[in-house]
Amino acid sequence: MPDLSGLRFSQSHEWAKLDGESATVGITEYAQSQLGDVIYLELPAVGQKLEVGGRLGVIESVKAASDLYSPIAGEVSEVNQELKDHPEYVNGDPYGKGWIIKLRSARDNPALLDQKAYDAFVQGQSGS
Amino acid sequence: MVVTAERTPLYDEHVRLGAQMTNFSGWVMPLQYSSIRDEHRAVREAVGLFDLSHMGELRVTDAALAQRVVSRNLGKLRAGRAQYAMLCNDQGGIIDDVLVYAMADGSHFLVVNAGNQDSDFEWIRSHSPSVLNVGREWALLGVQGPHAVALVQRLTAEDLSRVRYYAFVEGKVAGVSGIISRTGYTGEDGFEIFCANADASRLWRTLLEEGRGDGIRPAGLGARDTLRLEAGLRLYGNDMDASTNPLEAGLDWTLSLDMDFIGRDAILRARERGLTRILVGLRMLDRSIPRHGYPVVDDGERVGVVTSGNVSFTLGHNIAMAYVPPALADPGARLGVEVRGTAAPAEVVALPFYQRPRPK
Repeated sequence: MPDLSGLRFSQSHEWAKLDGESATVGITEYAQSQLGDVIYLELPAVGQKLEVGGRLGVIESVKAASDLYSPIAGEVSEVNQELKDHPEYVNGDPYGKGWIIKLRSARDNPALLDQKAYDAFVQGQSGS
Repeated sequence: MVVTAERTPLYDEHVRLGAQMTNFSGWVMPLQYSSIRDEHRAVREAVGLFDLSHMGELRVTDAALAQRVVSRNLGKLRAGRAQYAMLCNDQGGIIDDVLVYAMADGSHFLVVNAGNQDSDFEWIRSHSPSVLNVGREWALLGVQGPHAVALVQRLTAEDLSRVRYYAFVEGKVAGVSGIISRTGYTGEDGFEIFCANADASRLWRTLLEEGRGDGIRPAGLGARDTLRLEAGLRLYGNDMDASTNPLEAGLDWTLSLDMDFIGRDAILRARERGLTRILVGLRMLDRSIPRHGYPVVDDGERVGVVTSGNVSFTLGHNIAMAYVPPALADPGARLGVEVRGTAAPAEVVALPFYQRPRPK
């Protein structure tokens, strides 16, 4: 089990890890399991400013194309170039090698859930 | 009215294997067990096991009726052989694409799409009562991939080397009586085995157990779709429907236009008038994923539509089938696929995208 301490989660199934004014963003284990095999990501340019809930890109699995939303506000400082050739990292290691973007000037979003609250949210979704 | 999705006799097996289930044409079916990519690869490189029990089966006991509704000359189909054919309406539109099996007793067994089995049955019966809807009495298991023939051969006394592609025998596999048919929808060699519902679990489990050394994996509808797309096989409801005629769908070879089947005259008239669109293969020249319903563009103008598209795991690029005007249908033609407002470059290529290496 990967170390998820310090990660916070959105109800649209992205995670963010804040470190001062920088942040790393990806999608959750639950999200990748629902999407299935990821085959392509359309990611923002470095320098793009994102608001909370703003569209940060598109993730495509064999099944469908889905929008990605930013869980926090900030400015894109890096995108995971490895995912161009290895989109499957998002499936195999969503909290590690499968990270999607990094932000600078990141501002915390108090509406994000901690792991316990997110797990409960997912339980409620999949149980319905 | 509450519509409940139907279950195949293998439903419990899928749940036990942890499959992600999906509703397909009114049936609860396995979408994937582990990963579509891995299941796809297993079928191309080893062997995959599919539950196809949702497919419909109709038994037509009057040969004249069968010939009236099916697009090919059944007089040429010898007992023990199967053929791919169309059912067309009076306007020449495709009602369904089917496999026709010529049985030893002179009847014909039609394997039809799951979502069409009841409407196909009603439609055929409207012409004559000599048809039975037996789809829910039969399970169907697909064993597909380069190791499939050896695996099934180990479980049967029938000499499968004598069962050529698109032929079948009635016999036992793993002690289960059924029809062993050398057909499939993946582009690989292999068998589709029809058996009674009550025997389906036993056959399923034996194949998985016996196939371990062959690298067998259960494969779901997700892999079935990416496999058939690579093989250029049309999917009813996606790539063709009642508003499409077989000429547009590039299925001229399934038509015996000298036979008086329903829809023949309309198809001849359509040919006379000239086609306005034709199904082609597209190879994407960037990493965009084409999908059903995306517009095809030429010089900024919308000229067609994608009917199926996805990644090709085997080829390593993205592929699609699309309807385009005949003038733009030649291999090498450059077109665009509109993906989220941007024209992604694509090239017309010949179908199928993938062909298995021919046996020596």
